[in-house]
Amino acid sequence: MNPSALPRILPGLRGSRALRWTHTRLGQLQRTFDKALPQTHCPLTAAFYTSSYVPRKKVMFPGALDSEYTHELRFASNVESIPTYQVMDTDGKVLDAANDPQVTEEEARKIYKNMHVLNVMDQIMYEAQRQGRISFYMTNFGEEALIGSAAALDPRDQVFGQYREAGVLLQRGFTIQQFMDQCYSNEKDLGKGRQMPIHYGTKELHFQTISSPLATQIPQAAGAAYAMRREGKKLCAMCYFGEGAASEGDFHAGLNMAATIGCPVIFFCRNNGYSISTPSIEQYRGDGIASRGIGYGIDTIRVDGNDIWAIYAATKAARKIAVEQNKPILIEAMTYRISHHSTSDDSSAYRSKKE
Amino acid sequence: MFIQMVTPLACQHRAAARQITRLAKRLYSSAAEINSFEPVRGMDLGVAHSKLLLRSVASVQASSELQSLGVADGDTKKMNMCQAINDAMRHALSADNTSVVFGEDVAFGGVFRCSVGLADEFGRERIFNTPLTEQGIAGFAIGMAAMGHTAIAEIQFADYIFPAFDQIVNEAAKYRYRSGNQFNVGGLTIRTPCSAVGHGALYHSQSPEAFFAHVPGLKVIMPRSPIQAKGLLLAAIRDPNPTIFFEPKILYRSAVEQVPVDDYMLPLSKAEILKPGKDVTVVGYGSQIYALENAIQMIERDMPGVTCELIDLRTILPYDAETVINSVNKTGRLVVAHEAPRTQGFAAELAAEIQERCFLRLESPVQRVCGLFVPHPLVFERFYMPCAVRTYEAIKNSLSY
Repeated sequence: MNPSALPRILPGLRGSRALRWTHTRLGQLQRTFDKALPQTHCPLTAAFYTSSYVPRKKVMFPGALDSEYTHELRFASNVESIPTYQVMDTDGKVLDAANDPQVTEEEARKIYKNMHVLNVMDQIMYEAQRQGRISFYMTNFGEEALIGSAAALDPRDQVFGQYREAGVLLQRGFTIQQFMDQCYSNEKDLGKGRQMPIHYGTKELHFQTISSPLATQIPQAAGAAYAMRREGKKLCAMCYFGEGAASEGDFHAGLNMAATIGCPVIFFCRNNGYSISTPSIEQYRGDGIASRGIGYGIDTIRVDGNDIWAIYAATKAARKIAVEQNKPILIEAMTYRISHHSTSDDSSAYRSKKE
Repeated sequence: MFIQMVTPLACQHRAAARQITRLAKRLYSSAAEINSFEPVRGMDLGVAHSKLLLRSVASVQASSELQSLGVADGDTKKMNMCQAINDAMRHALSADNTSVVFGEDVAFGGVFRCSVGLADEFGRERIFNTPLTEQGIAGFAIGMAAMGHTAIAEIQFADYIFPAFDQIVNEAAKYRYRSGNQFNVGGLTIRTPCSAVGHGALYHSQSPEAFFAHVPGLKVIMPRSPIQAKGLLLAAIRDPNPTIFFEPKILYRSAVEQVPVDDYMLPLSKAEILKPGKDVTVVGYGSQIYALENAIQMIERDMPGVTCELIDLRTILPYDAETVINSVNKTGRLVVAHEAPRTQGFAAELAAEIQERCFLRLESPVQRVCGLFVPHPLVFERFYMPCAVRTYEAIKNSLSY
């Protein structure tokens, strides 16, 4: 850089001692570089240009130690979509015997029952909102299989949800009465009537209170996981969010921090194809949310979000890695939001009944 | 209000501004002949000559507040403010095993050297760097605090706290309330250097305390000296509410006191009367206290018989209105000063509260001496700052109303 080409910063500083010093130093540095580096593209490798130098394949920059030099000018882009793990076919038959979930019949019945209870409760509460009994409600139609992820966790694992995880609460043991208490904001509401319906939270069941701002729970889950790692109790944090929330800055911050600091947290993305009216093609252009996990250095899996045993198996395996190796895992569950976004939404305005 | 925005340099204190303009033209950014123009004339200004700092062991022993805490007669050590903050964190980390310190560049000691030696003593699992993401730092800290741990997060400059604003305002402040007290993030403390440093310009000089003073559920603190910083930081860390601790960075090295080496906590939400007086109440916090001290010295020299009462607010939210009200009921006049821009700054809140509670007692309108309502400039900082001369003029206006 030619020091005399520096822009005039302010007239008042022209000729000042500070600027003169800077001019002199820049000139000195320029001359030093010219002398020390004959014909090299990188000041760091200058030392290697001696008589016994052998060119290395890998770049030596601390930012990417494994990268190799290439002489082909090519922009990397995604060619292959991450595959989706599936255990059952559409009739519920386990396709590969090795993937058999190994759950007891009692456990399987409990999960199945909770899926039904969730479905029926949603129908009733949706009607209740339409009748003016409660002010607001969000249903989970199409995403009941999320219960499989709750079944795979330890009951003391801390859950950070977004808003469509009532199934997780059911599986943990939240009673219908407790759901009603919160939705009706009565005196028995654990949240003391302070929040809108479906903003559940229960300390007893280790389910952090839901908040309306999206994705804020993601870095919080990473922090909570780190606290649990420090406690040494071999527990993890479970963080649910949708594919829309994954566009928030907090998603990037949370995953990056979990990866760099080493937090036993499972990031579970419910990719249901819609964020209110925004379809996923308008939400992101990459290969779903799973491709981002790889970018952060996080082990990632994509599963069929309507296949309860796939979710169960993936969560169980993810938990083992997270707790034993103190690192995060990203699970992207592909599913479809059959319901409207909430009682304030009429999705026929942006999608056909046929879809 | 509009006049301020349109003609920032022709501010309401034209006389002082004109004098400063004439002299600033031949001043360099470092050495300044600030002692040469009226009304300063020959006074020793600034932190270096402040009589409010307890530089001697005797002055520490004479402090009634430190006496009541039982540390006035103990061992003391000469420390500047960043060493005092370092000492406070060392005490917090020793006493509480769940406490951790994290932020950008804290592991090697921090860009202001406030966390020097902590990683060596307590390990990299407790003192660690984070990636460059303030919203991540705040969210991570909230998560740790939600599990009952003590998270001491550092935001490298208060100017960069805004990406974390959502996490702080929507999550940290409301965590306990929205959960019906099932969960809380009382263990959260966010430390951040703030305020003007002389060459910081727009993004290394801000004092954003007013943004956070508008949030129910938070505590906001700004100390003025090493002894205050250590005691208030330990109180903030141990307070069962999410707290933001603003550290005026100009004081990190310039403010030096004999700080008690023991573990002690100063009371939060308790303002301190630094100098009693009967004619006008002057309220400020942080590094502004030293400009106020100088302004009061000038007033008392030029108007013999007049005494000014200087109050350091210390905690900005929840603030100690009672101390200020008692003082205003005694003096009848109030001048509030802070470095943050005037409109909607914290002085506006204090002025509104005092006029409501002391309306009939007030002898003159509440004066606010604040930064000009412009972004914090570099070479024009001299005009921007609510310096001792501008405060002097405000106190004079208040007294002669």
